[in-house]
Amino acid sequence: MGLFLLALLIFTSLPFLGTVQLTEKVMIEQLNEQELGNLQTRLNESLVGKEFSNSISFSNAFEDIFNEINEELKAKEDWDNVMWTPVKDISLKLVRSSTIGPPVDNKWLLLFLTFGLGIIGSLIYILSDLKLKGPPGIKNDGIYHDSATNRGWIGILTGVWLVTFYILLYFNPSTIANMIAIADPLKQLFIPTEQASKWFLYGLLYTTSMTVMGIRMIIKYRHNRYQIVRTITVVLFQIIFAFLLVEILPMFDLPGKDLKNAWPLDYYFLFEWNVQNLFDSGNFGKFIFVWGIVLSIIIVPTMVYFFGKRWYCSWVCGCGGLAETLGDPYRHLSNKKMWTWKMERWMIHGVLVFAIIMTIFTGYLTYNVFNNPEMDGKEMLFGISAYDVRSWYGFLIGSIFAGVIGTGFYPILGSRSWCRFGCPLAAYMGIVQRFKSRFRITTNGGQCISCGNCSTYCEQGIDVRAYAQKGQNIVRSSCVGCGVCSAVCPRGVLKLENGPEEGRFGNEGPIVLGNNGFKLNQ
Amino acid sequence: MSKVVIIGNGVAGITAARHIRKLSDDEIVVISAESDYFFSRTALMYVFMGHMRFEDIQPYEAWFWEKNRIDLKNGLVTEIITDNKTLLMSNGETINYDKLILATGSKPNKFGWPGQDLKGVQGLYSKQDLESIEENVKAAKTAVLIGGGLIGVELAEMLITRGVKVIFLVRENNFWGGVLPKEESELIGRHIKKHHVDLRFNEELDEIIADDNGRVKEIRTKKGEIIPCEIVGLTAGVSPNVDFIKGSGIDVERGVVINTFFETNVQDVYAIGDCAQFKTGVDGRKNIEQVWYTGRIMGETLAQTITGNKKAYTPGPWFNSAKFFDIEYQTYGWVFAKMKEGEIDFYWEHKSGEIALHIVWDESTGLFKGINVFGIRLRHDLFDKWLNESASIETVMQNLKTANFDPEFYRLYEEEIINAFNTKTNLNIQLKPKSWWRNLITN
Repeated sequence: MGLFLLALLIFTSLPFLGTVQLTEKVMIEQLNEQELGNLQTRLNESLVGKEFSNSISFSNAFEDIFNEINEELKAKEDWDNVMWTPVKDISLKLVRSSTIGPPVDNKWLLLFLTFGLGIIGSLIYILSDLKLKGPPGIKNDGIYHDSATNRGWIGILTGVWLVTFYILLYFNPSTIANMIAIADPLKQLFIPTEQASKWFLYGLLYTTSMTVMGIRMIIKYRHNRYQIVRTITVVLFQIIFAFLLVEILPMFDLPGKDLKNAWPLDYYFLFEWNVQNLFDSGNFGKFIFVWGIVLSIIIVPTMVYFFGKRWYCSWVCGCGGLAETLGDPYRHLSNKKMWTWKMERWMIHGVLVFAIIMTIFTGYLTYNVFNNPEMDGKEMLFGISAYDVRSWYGFLIGSIFAGVIGTGFYPILGSRSWCRFGCPLAAYMGIVQRFKSRFRITTNGGQCISCGNCSTYCEQGIDVRAYAQKGQNIVRSSCVGCGVCSAVCPRGVLKLENGPEEGRFGNEGPIVLGNNGFKLNQ
Repeated sequence: MSKVVIIGNGVAGITAARHIRKLSDDEIVVISAESDYFFSRTALMYVFMGHMRFEDIQPYEAWFWEKNRIDLKNGLVTEIITDNKTLLMSNGETINYDKLILATGSKPNKFGWPGQDLKGVQGLYSKQDLESIEENVKAAKTAVLIGGGLIGVELAEMLITRGVKVIFLVRENNFWGGVLPKEESELIGRHIKKHHVDLRFNEELDEIIADDNGRVKEIRTKKGEIIPCEIVGLTAGVSPNVDFIKGSGIDVERGVVINTFFETNVQDVYAIGDCAQFKTGVDGRKNIEQVWYTGRIMGETLAQTITGNKKAYTPGPWFNSAKFFDIEYQTYGWVFAKMKEGEIDFYWEHKSGEIALHIVWDESTGLFKGINVFGIRLRHDLFDKWLNESASIETVMQNLKTANFDPEFYRLYEEEIINAFNTKTNLNIQLKPKSWWRNLITN
């Protein structure tokens, strides 16, 4: 634990290490002609050659100049010279190539001191559970006594760290340029000439967390083969499809796509740059385009029909995978009250509708880009710009909901708030699962003792007990089939099953098994 | 519309209230001195162990009671005046009723041990017991548990999670030997010891000894050994909680005496759950049943009678379940600690010593009688059906695969079990492939 905390401390302090000094050469290399034309004089006056103590102060200074000049240009309505590239992207680029000192000199060392030590520390801590927590079995002892997992101060601190990290990553990446820099050596294993992007750092962090916490999950549930098989599968999907393939495909000049990411979770599928990119990449690109359509329209619902949405949500999906591994210690924090279920249904289906509308807009734009390239206002539909719709979607749903709230709030809202309230793909599969699927959680006759373990440990906030104590099967659109309700049940009452649709709701009556006196619902 | 008053908000009383509401518009009042809301008694241990908060073991949210017009009253009934159908409360209030249901539950057995009421000596039954063990555990290093049953093993598991050393004194020479056959008792005994519980057989409590502050400081066993400890857990069973009913004219022996319609000797007064004592046990069951499931079944049944559809207590085939540390236990039908005349059995144990199956049938007719399983989950529906239809041992053994209820991907032991079974019985039973259980039931 000490090692892990040390690694975390070093990682967190990275933005404050090293200094930033912009040289003329770098400036000329990194900025395009238009930007140079606008900025060169001012930058030479006040930035070039000057040493900044860290990336934050440098970015602030740079962004001030940039914004000031841009505002002037806009005021003059000099539209030909106004710069449209987001300023945050440019300042990240400049910081990345102007940092001096430890973070760039000792990338391997720092990578070891952060990721390396972090992994070693966590694994030592996790492996000690094998001995400390006794024989295999459900060991949720003390979860509600520990401030890390009962919304106590450690939990809140963890949440603050995660939220801060997400906000910086999405909206102010130049501040964490040094964190990105230490991932360079790994990126260069794939493509030696390239630097790590912020998404590479994020993917690395994501995959590492999932793998390490996946090991924890397997140790915790080592008596439960469903959990072992499921955890290994979901971690492998992340490592191979979401991380390695995305890096390896570009080595062969192919688009680095996550092949398991299905629309509408993959909300930019029909964006014109995505389609363009795919069609520019030869047959493989076209294959990915067709695959994406087949995946969403045929494979997803068919698999949900046979296995429930769990095949995706807790066996394949990256968001789900992180929730099942890194999020496992927080799964009980999801709210089980009736009002959250009502809110959930409005929210998640609202996001699905938003995603569909957004896709119609971007689809219209993409269609025009390919078929009516000369058309004016090809992004305009019903008087609204497709660019606006999708940037709102990207900001509200893609960044704030899925990232900042979905993961940042793990220690407060539980591990699946994105999957439960926000994911449009989950909403889509949920509708199929509820109305046309062979999947259900079977309740074992009258054995329920209403203890509440199932409901408490349901990360999706389903009040499983409400069904089990009546002898009803659980058929709910939100169930992701993680299988933990069945695992924590002390009386062997719950079993995830695929079977005939007929009778999948089980006993609908208020009388549970064990009473031969009378039957109500026959 | 009549006014039904239920004393006790445990599973029996609350089930009765819920079902009366489903079937009628009666006014329903539930009185409890223990807690504001119904909670799962069997889950108290999980609150102590930090698996759940107390609110998590309450199966219904607060709005449920209002919505269903079930009036919950927190108060203690001190006297029942049956002549004018009135209850006297400890705060001086009176409540009248048209129909009264006694569902007052149990209290831990105390067998007159010297020192049994000292500080630090307690059972584990009520919400108050949970609060007191939270208090008692603070300064505790060692706990001594008296009595070898389900509550004892729960208490052991709880205390171990707080780092308390547990010494478990069992009067018999086997764990829960009154209920479990020898093989199963030994299996559970081994598992308890594996969790570092100091489990001692053939040991009885003689006296609990206090320090100067009236707290327990040690106990003496019948063999004369002194064991220093800060907690003494009295877990030698429970008995009906009926003291305040005595003298009201309602017939009370160990529990409130009832017929199979839950009627007491007084008109419009009924009793269900742990506190009720049948004149004679139904279907060879005990005359006092202290199990979650029977409390529930009694509540369901009495609600029919109260709402005008008079029904006798007709529980289906016996079933029960428990969990001993990490080992789950289920039972269907009857597997007695000592087999009855004419019964024959087959016991299989996995080489790990923690998974087992014990099945009993009638030697001459081949009728299936009952099954115990440890570390294997079985389908209740199927066994209920087999027991109701008097299925044969062959039917059960052939369909073991279908009967399995373990989670997907679990290692299954049916082949091994059948091979051992065929070897022992000289039968040649072939396992039927796993079929969907519903097909079996509709066949």
